Amino acid sequence: MRRVVVPVFGTEVAPRFDLAPEVWIGLQGPSGAFVEERTVVLPQPSAENLCQLILSEGAHVLVCGGIEQEYYDYLVWKKVTVFDGVIATIPSVKKALEEGTLTSGAILMERHGER
Amino acid sequence: MASARRALISGLFSRPVECAAVFNDLPDALLFLSPNRRVLYLNRAAEVLTGLSRQDAQGLPCRHVVRSNVCAGQCPLDDLSRDSGPVCRQADVINRDRRRVPVRLCAVMLRDVRGAVVGFMEVLEDLRSLEDVETRKGQAYQFGRIVGRSPAMERLFAILPGIAQTDSSVLITGETGTGKDLLAEAIHQLSARAKGPFVKVNCGALPETLLESELFGHQKGAFTGATENKPGRFRLAHNGTLFLTEIGDLPLPLQVKLLTFLDDHVIYPLGSTKGTRVDVRVIAATHRDLQAMVREGKFRQDLLYRLNVVRVHIPPLRERGEDVRLLLDHFLAAFVSDFHKHIKGFSRDALKCLLEYPYPGNVRELKNIVEYAVNVCQEETIQIHHLPSYMTEVPVTIVAPRPEGRDMEGEEAVPKGAVVEAGQSGAWAEMERRLIVEALVRAKGRRGRAAQILGWGRSTLWRKMKQYGLLERDEDASLQGES
Repeated sequence: MRRVVVPVFGTEVAPRFDLAPEVWIGLQGPSGAFVEERTVVLPQPSAENLCQLILSEGAHVLVCGGIEQEYYDYLVWKKVTVFDGVIATIPSVKKALEEGTLTSGAILMERHGER
Repeated sequence: MASARRALISGLFSRPVECAAVFNDLPDALLFLSPNRRVLYLNRAAEVLTGLSRQDAQGLPCRHVVRSNVCAGQCPLDDLSRDSGPVCRQADVINRDRRRVPVRLCAVMLRDVRGAVVGFMEVLEDLRSLEDVETRKGQAYQFGRIVGRSPAMERLFAILPGIAQTDSSVLITGETGTGKDLLAEAIHQLSARAKGPFVKVNCGALPETLLESELFGHQKGAFTGATENKPGRFRLAHNGTLFLTEIGDLPLPLQVKLLTFLDDHVIYPLGSTKGTRVDVRVIAATHRDLQAMVREGKFRQDLLYRLNVVRVHIPPLRERGEDVRLLLDHFLAAFVSDFHKHIKGFSRDALKCLLEYPYPGNVRELKNIVEYAVNVCQEETIQIHHLPSYMTEVPVTIVAPRPEGRDMEGEEAVPKGAVVEAGQSGAWAEMERRLIVEALVRAKGRRGRAAQILGWGRSTLWRKMKQYGLLERDEDASLQGES
């Protein structure tokens, strides 16, 4: 079982870790499928508070957008696997995690080329 | 097809002018957005600022590309109206290199001849150079973000403004952790190119073939997988500075190509016979002894002469005397403020231990030690037990001597906590290998802990383990498979 935290903005991965208004927390079962998920609304966006929440939740994986180096280093030091620079919706993140294909910098969002 | 999609400025000149080439040469980041705020185009400066290529960014919502603090709630596009004119905001963006960059963000509404909204334009001006000037005003003993007041550093600070103003190539040497990257960036920010891009390339981080494409770019179809033209870092650094770190790791064939560029300032992308002239200042840095490498035939002498126009050596911390105390106070103040702690200083014992420590990892190690202590300390004064255990547990009796002619090679510093018995013989490599094994044994195989014992980063330990064949076979095999 591994716990995954994703700072979110609406239905997408929040573009910035430090400005995410809420987080999605999922528990991934041994088969890879998510067996439990919930969303937590944060009192205020804050990178420090988010780091604290990630550690207090005992998260194994963080999927986020832009994150500053110091928070990235801190979380990696705390043994959290960080996939940063991800541009995606929550369902596409879940799918990529279940398939084990998620990477840092992944762009899983549909593009619209209309003018 | 491509020509049909090319945007043109028409009506002003006798023939239409292609916009993309003009936009690419602008020093400020520029993005064109569709009416529903998806990225249609970004220029080269925007690629450098955000870290996303045009191909990656096209069609994505701008908030995911710009990653600005005003995107959520204070988007300047929300305030644009028919009569508003451009809307500007002081903001910051977090780029793909995980750096927070202060910017001035201006948004403009784009209309067609009938007044209908066709999209938006965003201009992002990088304010790092201005912020640095502001910071410098308030802080003595500083150049950029480098702190020091020892005679060695004062001499360095005295010559740096002059160096920054010239356009000569600069070679920065110094041990690991001395601040070569900071110095390169400070030189760029003080130069006339400060408004241009500062592009950093680690020559040791990529295999030769990839590095060539990364540096010089490639043409579509140059090799399997080259589906698009790629500008390369030299092109991205046009009108700015290209910082080549770990230049000592640059493969010999690329050394020739770099040499050619330094001679004529023309780059030839992979698969292209047509050269492009670029205006780039090259700053190189290395912790290796390039002269020794030239003698060993690993580095071209002529390239060394070209790069060595201005050579700046950053002294190791152990030669900077009083700077240790200054840096301890500087980082303590910075971390206390960052972590919202109420620590007033160091206890006498802790200070003695910190001042006597040899800091083989130089300023980076000192900074990490202070950060650790501030994190751990719950009192008003940092006590000796708040310092990392390796500083107090293992006595540093004899510092291993630097081998002749390799004063900056390898990790170039004796691992912290290294106790080397007098009379031990053997080559440096053998000694280093033994230290790694001993550290791994002490750390019960935990690499993070072993790296901490040795005073290295995990990646350095991993690189050294690879160098000495200490990685497990399956790890090594998978690496070779990747490369």
